[in-house]
Amino acid sequence: MAAGIRDKVAIIGMGCTKFGELWNKSPEDLMVDAFKELLEDAKIEKKDIQAAWQGGPEFTPGSVGDSALPLAQTLKLPFIPVTKVENMCASGSEAFRGACYAVASGACDIAMALGVEKLKDNGYGGLPEFSHYATIGTKHRIIGANQTAPGMFAMLATRYFNRYGISPQDGKKMLAAVSAKSHHNGALNPKAHLRREVTIEQIVNAPIVAWPLGLFDCCGVSDGAASAIVCRADMAKQFRSDPVYVKSLQIAATSGEEEMYTDYDYTHVETTTRAAARAYAEAGIKNARDEISMAEVHDCFSITEAVTMEDLQFSPRGKVMDDIMSGRFNLDGAQPVQPDGGLKCFGHPIGASGIRMIYEMYKQLQGKADKRQLKNPKYGLTHNLGGIPYRSVVSIVIVGN
Amino acid sequence: MAGIASYGAYIPLYRLNRAEINSAWGGMFPVPGEKAVASYDEDSITMAVAAARDCLKGIDRNKVDRLYFASTTSPYKEKLAASIIAGALGLRRDIYAMDFAGSLRAGTNALRAAIDAVDAKAAKYVLVTCAETRLGAPKGDKEITFGDGAAAFLVSSTGVATSIEGSYAIFQEFHENWRSDKDTFVRSWEERFIREAGYTKLVPEAVNAALKQCKITVADISKAAIFAADPRLLGNVAGKIGFDAFAQLQDPMFMTVGNTGAALPLMMLVAAMEDAGPEQRLMCVGYGDGCDVLIMKTTEAIEKIKDRRGIKRHLEAKKMIPNYLKYVLWRGLMETEPPPRPPINHISVPALWRDREWGLSLTGQRCKKCKTPQYPPQRVCVICQSEDNFEPYHFTDVKATLNTFSHDNLAASIDPPTTIAAVDFAEGGRIIFNMTDRDPEEVKTGMPLEMVFRQVHYWEGIHNYWWKCAPIRC
Repeated sequence: MAAGIRDKVAIIGMGCTKFGELWNKSPEDLMVDAFKELLEDAKIEKKDIQAAWQGGPEFTPGSVGDSALPLAQTLKLPFIPVTKVENMCASGSEAFRGACYAVASGACDIAMALGVEKLKDNGYGGLPEFSHYATIGTKHRIIGANQTAPGMFAMLATRYFNRYGISPQDGKKMLAAVSAKSHHNGALNPKAHLRREVTIEQIVNAPIVAWPLGLFDCCGVSDGAASAIVCRADMAKQFRSDPVYVKSLQIAATSGEEEMYTDYDYTHVETTTRAAARAYAEAGIKNARDEISMAEVHDCFSITEAVTMEDLQFSPRGKVMDDIMSGRFNLDGAQPVQPDGGLKCFGHPIGASGIRMIYEMYKQLQGKADKRQLKNPKYGLTHNLGGIPYRSVVSIVIVGN
Repeated sequence: MAGIASYGAYIPLYRLNRAEINSAWGGMFPVPGEKAVASYDEDSITMAVAAARDCLKGIDRNKVDRLYFASTTSPYKEKLAASIIAGALGLRRDIYAMDFAGSLRAGTNALRAAIDAVDAKAAKYVLVTCAETRLGAPKGDKEITFGDGAAAFLVSSTGVATSIEGSYAIFQEFHENWRSDKDTFVRSWEERFIREAGYTKLVPEAVNAALKQCKITVADISKAAIFAADPRLLGNVAGKIGFDAFAQLQDPMFMTVGNTGAALPLMMLVAAMEDAGPEQRLMCVGYGDGCDVLIMKTTEAIEKIKDRRGIKRHLEAKKMIPNYLKYVLWRGLMETEPPPRPPINHISVPALWRDREWGLSLTGQRCKKCKTPQYPPQRVCVICQSEDNFEPYHFTDVKATLNTFSHDNLAASIDPPTTIAAVDFAEGGRIIFNMTDRDPEEVKTGMPLEMVFRQVHYWEGIHNYWWKCAPIRC
């Protein structure tokens, strides 16, 4: 295996807007807001940035226009290289990866990543059907007919319950505990989109969006932007005393097997499993359940978070229910997950989410997470999933002191 | 001599009790029975495909050298529908595929044309498939009496189950039922006139002439499948001709299906063939602006094709539509609040054309090296990575089971929830389908499924078809 990126790049500043239904903010406003916080946090100037990557907007491309020019023009970046990347919901993580790899390669010393999305300009809840942008008559449009995100992820729950002999009632309760935990955390976070505690009973009895997933099993549909600035690890202390180091960056994109062949069991996500194994090798982590202090994972739906716990090796296969019900992933549990509220409550502006996850890990590692602050975290993991369970790209980022 | 080598039929799963229509309109139409209603994703093309698949069971499709599609309700006023049906059935391309339209006799017209083509040795196997989804205007008697259904026959001179003995046709120019290029619903003249000048006059005239031509009498007919918009009128003409209504008349399915227009006499003939043994004489009578009569005799081969779903099994396997409103929505008779979802994107005709084989006939491929079936066709094998090393593989009739599913209320649908299904095929290969003709409660992982051809999009006058999965009907 190649040497990897461990400890070659450091995060020296981050910014993240409040997420939510930000009717009075344009995507340009969101970019500027995330950028201003970043500059103040990193204590650098715009001219110090040597290259930038823009993640998203992914589902609202018309909101700012194509290419990376919206980032360059909005922030008035001084004729530096700026690139737009896209990998569905993992676009923010892709932007971050681009910046890190540029620094690690020696191509530049300081690089920026910024993710943005303005979903609430679309005029409807959720995302468009996956085939929406495909032309009718093309394979994607025909085979993807009527496929929505909740519909596709609900298929995981159906099969997971079936395989492990979990009754729909018990399964719904398990999923409700996932969401209730995130609502608790989100309520503590002033930047979160949804800031209200909800009970297991409310969650279980909510209207069904795609059986067995109800309203509270689905994440927030939000506007927002987040940004990160990275530099060579050996330079980091020049900027701040508490930089956060990148330990691993891994991405796995499906070959299409899960969609087209019967081996895939619909009780896990193959790309998460593969990316996680590589990420642990890169970061030198032997036992993820014991060594990863905290995580922000892609809880687009409660079932996604549940199976992700197994794919990340936080819980043994088929056993995540025990860990969820015992509170292992709660803020006061042994391995807190979604301390900032997750996609569920912090919200999910597609292009921004990957960097938003890193933002929480960064703040936690610096001891700046306020009411959500965890005790002495060492490694934080982010997991960002683009696509649907059987057709996905997953990014894993591990950061630490 | 030409004859019918195979038959098949299709009746949509759903039925509407006429009492529901009657009660919606305040008790104006106390008509008994129920009518068969095409599902929201069915039309005359999809039903014609279903009947043809039933008819072609166990028969090599490469034999078919003509396809005649008959209907007054083709989804297209201008554009060949038979080519879509041929594509869905995976028929050869070098065949004569054509549409018979307009007349309520389109079904018997197509059957007669097939017989003539075979007798003239212009074709060896002609597949005739006829389907109807006629609309009566809401709050009218035709809405109550019309039903949806389809029938198909394979006409040949070899291995026939019924041998054609004679045919006779007359036409009469008058307006009995019509639907102009500006109409959505079928119109008709006053019942008393069309009964006197039309049905009760023309049917006896044509039937008697046909009997005379074949040098047989009414008593020689075992079963007569006579189009009948109204069973009372059938009783009237039977009396005039001299048929024993109970013994000799095939049930026009008024109480169970309704008047299926051009498809009705063919569906009745299928029902008659289901019950018939060898050496029985059957009659099929189509009616509309004239009258078509066909007389045929069954052979020993009739016993070999009794495994069709035909009329009987399709009649038995049914689900009721709970109310009239659902019927109104399925037929698009009421403008409703659009779903809060983005509008669908445009259709690319070149993309449809490029993908016509795999798209219409659900033809995927099997890797020649690792033998893995896969869909849609790939250039690189999903399992063994072989490149461009595949053979065609048809998924439509392979045993399939449900791996997992969800019932999605978010996806825009005329009939929510949208049931999305990951379907595993017996020899390998998985396809994600919409599931149709299901009660959400009956959907269970591991259940066996079958493939059905349905409409999946409509945009700017273009109907786009693909396959869905459904619980095994019967």
